[in-house]
Amino acid sequence: MTRGMSGFLTRLIALIRKETRQMLRDRSNLMVGLLLPAALILLFGYGLSFDVRDAPVAVVLEDRSETARDTVAGLSGSPYLAPVAVPDMGRAVALLRAHTVDAIVRVPVDFTARKAGGEGRIQVLLNGYDATSAMTIGTYIDGAIQLSVLHDQDRMGPGMDSGSTLGLVQRVWFNAASISTWYLVPGLLVLVITLIGAFLTSLLIAREWERGTLESLFVTPVRPLELVMAKLAPYMVIGAIDVALCLASARFLFHVPIRGSLGVIIVSSLLYLSVSLMLGLLISGVTRNQFAASQMAMLASFMPATMLSGFVYDIRNMPTAIRAISLMLPATHFMDLIKGLFLAGTVWPLVFKSCGILLLYLVGLGFLTTRTLRKRLD
Amino acid sequence: MTDTGFTVVAQGLRKVFVAPDGKPFDAIDDLSFRIRAGTLTALTGPDGAGKTTLMRMMAGLLRPDAGTLQVLGEDVSLRPQAVQNRISYMPQRFGLYEDLSVQENLDLYADLHGVPMEQRRERFSRMLEMTDMARFTARPAGKLSGGMKQKLGLACTLVRSPDLLLLDEPSVGVDPLSRRDLWTILEQLIEGENLSVIVSTAYMDEAARCTDVFVVNRGRLLAEGSPEDLSHRAKGLTYEAAPPPGMPARVLQARLIDAPDRIVDAVPRGGRVWFIRQPDCDEAALRELLPDTPFEPRTEELEDAFMALLREHDGDSGKTAEHAPAATVPQSKGDGHPVIVVRDLVRRFGDFTAVASTSFSVAQGEIFGLLGPNGAGKTTTFRMLCGLLPATSGHLEVAGLNLRKARAEARGRIGYVSQKFALYGNLTVRENLEFFAGAYGLPRKRAHARIEAVLKQFDLEPGAVSGILPVGYKQRLAMAAGLLHEPDILFLDEPTSGIDPMARRAFWRTITALAQDGVTIIVTTHFMEEAEYCDRIAIQDDGRMLALGTPQQVREQAGGDRAMDMNTAFIANVEQSRAALARKGEAA
Repeated sequence: MTRGMSGFLTRLIALIRKETRQMLRDRSNLMVGLLLPAALILLFGYGLSFDVRDAPVAVVLEDRSETARDTVAGLSGSPYLAPVAVPDMGRAVALLRAHTVDAIVRVPVDFTARKAGGEGRIQVLLNGYDATSAMTIGTYIDGAIQLSVLHDQDRMGPGMDSGSTLGLVQRVWFNAASISTWYLVPGLLVLVITLIGAFLTSLLIAREWERGTLESLFVTPVRPLELVMAKLAPYMVIGAIDVALCLASARFLFHVPIRGSLGVIIVSSLLYLSVSLMLGLLISGVTRNQFAASQMAMLASFMPATMLSGFVYDIRNMPTAIRAISLMLPATHFMDLIKGLFLAGTVWPLVFKSCGILLLYLVGLGFLTTRTLRKRLD
Repeated sequence: MTDTGFTVVAQGLRKVFVAPDGKPFDAIDDLSFRIRAGTLTALTGPDGAGKTTLMRMMAGLLRPDAGTLQVLGEDVSLRPQAVQNRISYMPQRFGLYEDLSVQENLDLYADLHGVPMEQRRERFSRMLEMTDMARFTARPAGKLSGGMKQKLGLACTLVRSPDLLLLDEPSVGVDPLSRRDLWTILEQLIEGENLSVIVSTAYMDEAARCTDVFVVNRGRLLAEGSPEDLSHRAKGLTYEAAPPPGMPARVLQARLIDAPDRIVDAVPRGGRVWFIRQPDCDEAALRELLPDTPFEPRTEELEDAFMALLREHDGDSGKTAEHAPAATVPQSKGDGHPVIVVRDLVRRFGDFTAVASTSFSVAQGEIFGLLGPNGAGKTTTFRMLCGLLPATSGHLEVAGLNLRKARAEARGRIGYVSQKFALYGNLTVRENLEFFAGAYGLPRKRAHARIEAVLKQFDLEPGAVSGILPVGYKQRLAMAAGLLHEPDILFLDEPTSGIDPMARRAFWRTITALAQDGVTIIVTTHFMEEAEYCDRIAIQDDGRMLALGTPQQVREQAGGDRAMDMNTAFIANVEQSRAALARKGEAA
């Protein structure tokens, strides 16, 4: 049995050496494995953001009284809004149509009079082209105006109820500023890991089928599991570098708080990494064709991880059927876990549940992948 | 261990595959045989006979659908790993890792087979010496020539001494020189290590070197025995005929092959025609067929027996296209003016010279063959002639047009059939032809007439889906497409690779007919014996033209007589020229 064990090790090391050499000699591999994740991090981190900054807002003061001015004064204090005074409604609408401004805040002629009667009304018009931004801007405008109402109450002194509307105060937990980088960057970790599996390991077995190298390998004492392990090993290293890259940029570039345990983040990332690589290998082994494999990996792994894992869209808002698909993705479970670990801290029941699911995936996919390499040509 | 003394014992073996048209067929059909240990055994048959399937089953890579297969005393379908631990197997396309170096490939296979270090050193140096690759150990396998790759594949297969060695068509697509080297290595090993070897091959000269020969066709075993025993089957049936002066051998050959009721097979050979008569056809009937031509018996060879066996088993499935015109001495051979003139043609890729200063001309109605080892510059020359690749320098005239100036017009006068099947597999025969008629810009009426004409000429079924046609028919369709616009010159790049001997005979019959109609044919081939169909041949090596002339002149240049086969003539020419180059190098 010792001889069997040493045979296993010799073969495994020989295969790992071979896979590593092949990986290092193919530059496009390293480009996809290291440069693409770096590009994605910068792109998503800096480029893609749902935050609104300095959104131009047309302010139409049909009522030019001091009360009216005070009410909208809060708008200029907001870092998210850039109010522009516009003399009349007609021009403001023209600006909105031209997309020069994102919103119109109109204070009607009878505002002061009505406010005195406790029925002050301000009209806010939002450009619905981009619904997400419009909602965000609406919230900011609302907040800015509410603020001035509170100031108003302060000035009148306690106990003096002005009779104006109730001040509504909202708070967002875990990401108090609702900075989108905070939830995009942890999600990015999921995407980058998924990417390596989808773009790199999905080619490995298919390439060997296409080049006919497997037929020669099969008729050696090599075992299917050794082939699988050797193919995973070098890409685990690439993946680990990417994980480090993601974590470092999250912490130092985007200043995303890491509230959970770093150890748990790393361990669970490596676990998801092996699931992702194994899924790529399985696709590769089933299709036996590099082109088909990369198409399928794109459709079955990378795209759903972007769209359905909760990276951008909340899973709970999805129709039941889509939700079911979403829950079948390993990415969804890791996304849930990693966002929690970054922003909320280590919640052990969630850690155990998610890692358990990922582990099941790893074993299942590993078993199936080994079956695709079971040394048979039919 | 029921049958000692046998490496492989098959009993009622069957393997069913699904054909491209969706119907199942028996790739291996109730096969029973025993292969003796300690021998070199050949498994021969035409392409598609089931050789590779059988090899893969013996290697434990395919499971039989019925019957039993014992390899080295183990039931290979039950315990494939036990068998794989003891055999070495070289697939037809050996899986070298092209991005790994020669040494790294060897190391990988030695590690996988668990060859101990001390044994390895001795083994590697021996393999490298035999394959003459010691200088190239650091070179990536992908940068080796085809023949070298094959030798490295053999070296990787033999990093250890197995109990049984399986070689699946080790010399397919390899030039005659590398093929000879490969067999030298093999014979040295067999002698030195008392190996049991099973080799599949479509070359009869290779099968003739083996102790036992098994002939398979369409999944069935046709015959087995020693090469001598098998050759005996054709005893008394083989003849040689000399065509009357002025008649090319291929014309006489065409006349003989057109009479399948009397003639089993006929091939041009050394300016004469070798043929095999049907057993029930007596010499009187032969004389009737060859009234003006003397013929005499010749010694039978393994190939004769092989062709006789195949013809008998296949019935008439390999028959020639029916509408080939009757073989006569060509009338309209043109006035012999050249339709292709090449002077000082050079093509460089960076600092690599693929074709060095080549000159030749081809007359109208000639069949001109381009021969050479892999990487000799055949394909590059060919592509320049077709106007697919611009020449670096030199003069190039095709159909009276200067290719450097009037490439588009010249293309309208030539037809091109590429090595790979370049038609659309999911279109029908007619749709493909319609497409190509459009691409050549034929007017609708003429297109219609031409399509009908080539369908008839090549005996093609217009509604058949092109992708699932048998290889021989695909070849015909490709030719039909290349001939739609009635070109003056037809270029054929390795047209006969991968098709069986019967289909090859039929193919050359068509070529003979085309040449008779005055079409000039330029053809590349790696089957040296096919050079005998050509009026003139050119042998290239390393981008240089080594020999140019009729097959007979080329033989004479190699120092041989009429009996020398083209393979030997080719090797002699290439070796003489390489030796001369080496002397020049030393002198300089």
